[in-house]
Amino acid sequence: MSKSSTAETRYVDQFKQFSANGGKSAPAWLKELREDAIGRFENLGFPTTRDEEWRFTSVKDIVAQQYELATKRELPSLDVAAVAVSPGDSHRIILVNGKFVAGPAPESLPDGVAIHSLGRAFESHGELVRLHLAKYSCERENVFAALNAAFITDGVFVFVPPEIVLDRPIEIIYVSTSNRPMVCHPRCLVIAGRGAKAVIIENFTALEGSEYFTNAVSEVVLDANADIGLYRIQREATNAHHVATTQIYQSRDSRFALTTVAFGAALARHDIQVVLDGEGAECSLRGVYSIRGSQHTDHHTVIDHAKPHCNSFEHLNGVMDDSSRGVFNGRIIVRKGAQKTDAKQNNGNLLLTESARADSQPQLEIYADDVRCTHGATLGPLDQQSLFYLESRGIGEADAKRLLTYGFGAEVFTAVPDSALRERLNKLLKDHLGAANAK
Amino acid sequence: MENKVPMLEIENLHASVGGNAIIKGINLVVNEGEVHAIMGPNGSGKSTLALVLAGHPAYEVTEGSVRYDGQDLLELAPEERARKGVFLAFQYPVEIRGITNAYFLRFALNAIRAEQGIEELDTIDFLDVLKEKLEIIGWDESMMNRPVNDGFSGGEKKRNEILQMAILEPRLAVLDETDSGLDIDALKTVAAAVNKLRKPDNATIVVTHYQRMLNYIEPDFVHVLADGRIVKSGGKDLALELEEKGYDWLAPEVAAV
Repeated sequence: MSKSSTAETRYVDQFKQFSANGGKSAPAWLKELREDAIGRFENLGFPTTRDEEWRFTSVKDIVAQQYELATKRELPSLDVAAVAVSPGDSHRIILVNGKFVAGPAPESLPDGVAIHSLGRAFESHGELVRLHLAKYSCERENVFAALNAAFITDGVFVFVPPEIVLDRPIEIIYVSTSNRPMVCHPRCLVIAGRGAKAVIIENFTALEGSEYFTNAVSEVVLDANADIGLYRIQREATNAHHVATTQIYQSRDSRFALTTVAFGAALARHDIQVVLDGEGAECSLRGVYSIRGSQHTDHHTVIDHAKPHCNSFEHLNGVMDDSSRGVFNGRIIVRKGAQKTDAKQNNGNLLLTESARADSQPQLEIYADDVRCTHGATLGPLDQQSLFYLESRGIGEADAKRLLTYGFGAEVFTAVPDSALRERLNKLLKDHLGAANAK
Repeated sequence: MENKVPMLEIENLHASVGGNAIIKGINLVVNEGEVHAIMGPNGSGKSTLALVLAGHPAYEVTEGSVRYDGQDLLELAPEERARKGVFLAFQYPVEIRGITNAYFLRFALNAIRAEQGIEELDTIDFLDVLKEKLEIIGWDESMMNRPVNDGFSGGEKKRNEILQMAILEPRLAVLDETDSGLDIDALKTVAAAVNKLRKPDNATIVVTHYQRMLNYIEPDFVHVLADGRIVKSGGKDLALELEEKGYDWLAPEVAAV
């Protein structure tokens, strides 16, 4: 990747403009962080399919498009209730094109809890943010995360102090809207103190508009014994591009459960990276992706068992219709000394047509000897025996197929503990597949 | 014995799977209100007959006919047969992940009600139907929130088949080795449920390897299937005779056909 490449130069020019204007009023350490990030972006350059991590996913459409940096931030006419996934009494945050526009009233929050823009947190929680921001998101290797870091202005900041249990979920709604091709770099930082507990929903959605590119990074830091449930709903416009990194850092005895749903975008790439950096920590990643047309969705997960006695569980199922393509790469690293690691990984792929495609790659790197790691992958069409079973009960072929396809996804949600959210996810899936059926 | 209404008329039925002939000329008439037991050694074609009646696509009918209520059964798709009242309790019920029993059952019942021009049931009305039927097999509602057959024991799967039968109220029920793998208590429960569902205008075909089930579900007729043909028919005493003597004594008759 050469520095003279015009696409990279375009972003560097954009960065210079941004630094002199919108990004001007930032603390010195943040400016330094951004400079560092843009430097790494330039060095790394956009990946090609010759890069191992991008073998099955080409970003040439993103590279070719001349996106403007998003600036629009007024709240569009948005039916929040229709878009939101959580109940009406949740703490809601709205971002438009990556910029914070609305959040919960501070008086509605328990003492010490902060849910507001990242921009404000540079002042209110300066040291904490400085300590954690962009410290985990692997910008060293991840060019898109580096690009995101270069453009940090605001975004979302969530802080749950030690031993505080939030009884209502936090829902972050990321709305994209633009009449010209634009790029935005939403950033979210969640810090859960010792023994804190919260449920967070990240909901990516789009209003009418032209092609856009969302380049999101979310970081979740869990102190000892903290408990975070993160739900992530990606319903970007089908002509949009979505690249995202979700970076999780876990201290001892902490629990983290991610449930993702990915239906949108022409091209979606989601990197999920978890570092289990304390004994007794456990994480679960569950996900359903369901795509059609010529959509392309790529999930790359890395679970890093850095310490002994940690558990990880991973189950992602993909439904590929028409000529869409799903990619899964699941890497599990068990570091030297991380004995008694228990890691389970499973990726199912349902191919609804002959021209749909799926690539599934488990990658186990084990440097300890007393561990249990299992992985499995399936790939294929609907099961004929199951289809006959349903038909033999009076269910017509089209309905039977739809039901089985739904079941293939809903299976992943069976373990979602919150029944209201589970029902909501099931309904999202049902509606999504119903729309496919009606075409 | 007058006024018999024939429900199922199987004539010279031949069927094969993957090019192998399994059923080689079965003739059988089942009238309304009757219970027929079909017995026979492994590989005699019992399960194939059951699956052919339900319309499994892997089985090809090469000769003969099957009429159901005077209609050509074989030209109907599996779901059409079900909607007209044909029900197969599977020997090996299939696990359907991600779909709860309650959701599946309501979906199936509504598909059948739609065919009959009866109003579909919503979740609440369905729950009333479900509660009543659950009693028949001695289950509580917790089984209904589990995915269909997923993680069920062998016995639970068989009970689930009978629950489906109770809810769908078929005209013709074919029980394919529903007794195998059941302990005696489960067998009694299942048999009691089947007896409870018997009506003057429906019929049951019990496919079984063992006589044991027929102590509890009393058949009107017993047929012995061997090498794809019915080699002997009789009353319920035939089952006892089979229990006592096994199938070997039938060998000359098998050879004769």
